[in-house]
Amino acid sequence: MATRLLKGARVVDPANGRDGEFDVLIENGFIARVGKDLPAEQGSSVVELPHGLIICPGLIDMHVHLREPGQEHKETVATGAAAAVAGGFTAVACMPNTSPVNDNAGVTGYILRKAADAGLARVYPIGAVSRGQLGEQLADIAELREAGCVAITDDGRPVATALLMRRALEYAGMFNMTVIEHCEDQTLKGDGVAHEGFQASTLGLRGIPGAAESIMALRDISLAELTGGAVHIAHMSARQSLDAVRYGKARGARVTCEVAPHHFVLTDEMLGAPVPYDTNVKMNPPLRDVADRDAMLQGLADGSVDVIATDHAPHHYDEKQVEFDRAPFGITGLETALSLCFDRLVHPGIVSMSRLIELLAVNPARILGVPGGSLSAGAPADITILAPDLSVTVSAARMRSKSKNTPFDGWQLRGGVAATIVDGRTVYLNDEFESSRL
Amino acid sequence: MPVVMDADRIGRTLARIAHEILERNRSVDELALVGIRTRGVPLARRLAGMIRDINRHEVPTGALDITLYRDDVMRHPLGAQPVVQSTDIPFSIDDKRILLVDDVLYTGRTIRAALDALIEFGRPRSIQLIVLVDRGHRELPIKADYVGKNLPTASSQSVQVHLTEIDGQDEVEIQE
Amino acid sequence: MKKDLLGIADLSPEDIYQILDTAEAMREIGERPIKKVPTLRGKTIVNLFYEPSTRTRTSFEIAEKRLSADTLNIAVATSSVLKGETLADTAMNIEAMAPDMIVLRHASAGACHLLSRICRSRIINAGDGMHEHPTQALLDAFTIRQHNQYIDRLKIAIVGDLLHSRVLRSNVLLLTKLGADVWLSGPPTMMPPGIERLGVHVTTSVDEAVADADVIMMLRIQQERMQGAFFPSLREYFTVFGMTPERVRRAKPRVILMHPGPINRGVEIASEVADGPYSVILEQVANGVAVRMAVLYLLAGGVEEGD
Repeated sequence: MATRLLKGARVVDPANGRDGEFDVLIENGFIARVGKDLPAEQGSSVVELPHGLIICPGLIDMHVHLREPGQEHKETVATGAAAAVAGGFTAVACMPNTSPVNDNAGVTGYILRKAADAGLARVYPIGAVSRGQLGEQLADIAELREAGCVAITDDGRPVATALLMRRALEYAGMFNMTVIEHCEDQTLKGDGVAHEGFQASTLGLRGIPGAAESIMALRDISLAELTGGAVHIAHMSARQSLDAVRYGKARGARVTCEVAPHHFVLTDEMLGAPVPYDTNVKMNPPLRDVADRDAMLQGLADGSVDVIATDHAPHHYDEKQVEFDRAPFGITGLETALSLCFDRLVHPGIVSMSRLIELLAVNPARILGVPGGSLSAGAPADITILAPDLSVTVSAARMRSKSKNTPFDGWQLRGGVAATIVDGRTVYLNDEFESSRL
Repeated sequence: MPVVMDADRIGRTLARIAHEILERNRSVDELALVGIRTRGVPLARRLAGMIRDINRHEVPTGALDITLYRDDVMRHPLGAQPVVQSTDIPFSIDDKRILLVDDVLYTGRTIRAALDALIEFGRPRSIQLIVLVDRGHRELPIKADYVGKNLPTASSQSVQVHLTEIDGQDEVEIQE
Repeated sequence: MKKDLLGIADLSPEDIYQILDTAEAMREIGERPIKKVPTLRGKTIVNLFYEPSTRTRTSFEIAEKRLSADTLNIAVATSSVLKGETLADTAMNIEAMAPDMIVLRHASAGACHLLSRICRSRIINAGDGMHEHPTQALLDAFTIRQHNQYIDRLKIAIVGDLLHSRVLRSNVLLLTKLGADVWLSGPPTMMPPGIERLGVHVTTSVDEAVADADVIMMLRIQQERMQGAFFPSLREYFTVFGMTPERVRRAKPRVILMHPGPINRGVEIASEVADGPYSVILEQVANGVAVRMAVLYLLAGGVEEGD
């Protein structure tokens, strides 16, 4: 059957303590062996990888919005999965704020079937904490678990009350499921559209203070401590939230956190230039000031941040071609994440390759409790082949996502994806590496 | 740069025009001088002064800015707008014999604009034109009633009038 | 000067003085028997107002007509916004009729920037949400100059709801560009974060702000702000921040008192102050036409040297 031997690349597999030149043998969709100078057997195809590539466990984006069911004009499971593999991700976890909300087995099953039909990236649905995400009653969490959900969240908004969050942590703990939280005090956010600070003040935009996020982070960390449950802070953006996470971890609370690439690359200065009031710079939580951005970089470097996840939020062009106040929050992220990570984290020496793989594969797999994150023998052959020195020009027009709402269009970055392999099949091959026979 | 009129010549020419004005206009009371900005204005004031010296009569004098009436305004979408200054005609022009004063008469378009502007202020009895220099090349049927000096020129040349009140000295020169 | 007037932020001090000097010439036209010049004859200007406004719209309309332009007023009723036509679509429909200029007032900051990207017509910002109201700041500066020749020697106090005011932002930018000493005062709940970085003094003490001031500028308080818990009551607001005759006396003897209008008597300003000898509020309105004529003229076109 399908046997492939990948030779000649650096393998970075921190879960197994590996970082060096190794061969990887794939058999029948599983990783058979990783070792030095593996022999090529009869009938197996041998791929001599071009110089300079890196093989790592398939990357996992644990925060994407696939919009299906209900908003297929923005994205579908199929187009989202295609965007994922083009971005180097072998798996994504998708958020439940669809229409209808994923608070029951029916919607969960629908999403999984769509993913199977697409046959590209794995899709792990995340179920709702509360019915309809209305913040009143818990959703049928056991049913969601049974149907295939790997975590729960009311993302889009915070879990409405401390009491409900407490119950969710306790109940989900029964299945060892993490509660993923969109930290935001809605009264402080009000009708804000940008980070509360000098930029918003001069541009006349209503502000959202960093404290709106950190207050809720502290609430949830306290509740995690109280219940022993696991909380994961989604799309963290404010330095005060990161301090809260450090505080919680020091006290032994089961808290993890993620940062999206736009929050460690961009700041609220983008609101005024190069394109004033560019709606492709509007997301929630908003781009914050330089001190927050730098704090996120520090957290990525020193280990306080556990995961990089994109919060991929596709919106149709028409919806974003409006006044800043009226535009929906969110930007895409699947197809820009890896290049930004290379260009802004690895190459400047802020994060090592091993650490990057922890952030993008090892930790997401562990937090979600899904297979992956390593190249261990017997694991499914979900592999990403990285091209750290590839010259990339971001092109929104050529993206596979249905939506093109990205602020990075035209950016020149160093580093990208050569190929993405799921279950041993190559589901994405970068044109630049067509001759590699991957 | 050939100087075609020096300070002395300009002075004598204006004096001659002042006498001509009094000669041709029986009733001085109906007269009013309106200088076209920018250099028509000091010329008008000097003529008023000379008339005062001759027959002790004060001819009302005003200043007219014609920028907003030019026919070439708004023609080209790019580039800076010419500077607008204010018009200052502190008397009624109804039934007056207006003496419009400018430094150089060339295509006639400035005078056309000045006539349009003036009509907005009232209904004068008549309008006569005084120019220090007539350099020819009319593009409209306009002629001056009082001419300081006729100066045939080529289109490629330009006539520069300097007046003490604005430029520090009195001089008319031709530049290529 | 650029193609559009989106905000004071895009103007240099030279640009500002050019507008003010031109406005001086334009003012004289309003004193003639025939208040018209043919300068913008044949040009079409659309006044697209998404927010209701009597003062500003009328002022623009008069300015446009005095320059002989053809004007078109579109007051977008709230219902058509509810019907869902986007600003972008409305603008493109108007653009199809080739207006030379669009004067836009809108509730959202950045609406004029959006229009500027979509339309070829020149865009003039008549107020975009909380962002800027450049012609108001220009006519305020024009009014100040009529009483004080050198703006860079003045202490100017601006008092009121600073957070929500586009007039504030435009005035702060303009007055600091011209070198004035600007003092802002209002409730701490209504101060834009980081505003000191624009080079202004900020204080919650109105008395401190108006002490020896040459100019006092009052900003409107909207009644709805009480709902947002910005201050407890109008009565308390007036006591702490209102412009009373006693407060005005702390300023220089020849102080001028300004307000963009409409005024809330007894809230931000005492009646006797609004109607008193220091008030130049009505002059501001009169100057608005001249300043807007200057802006329209300077933006409308160019001419080659010659003749």
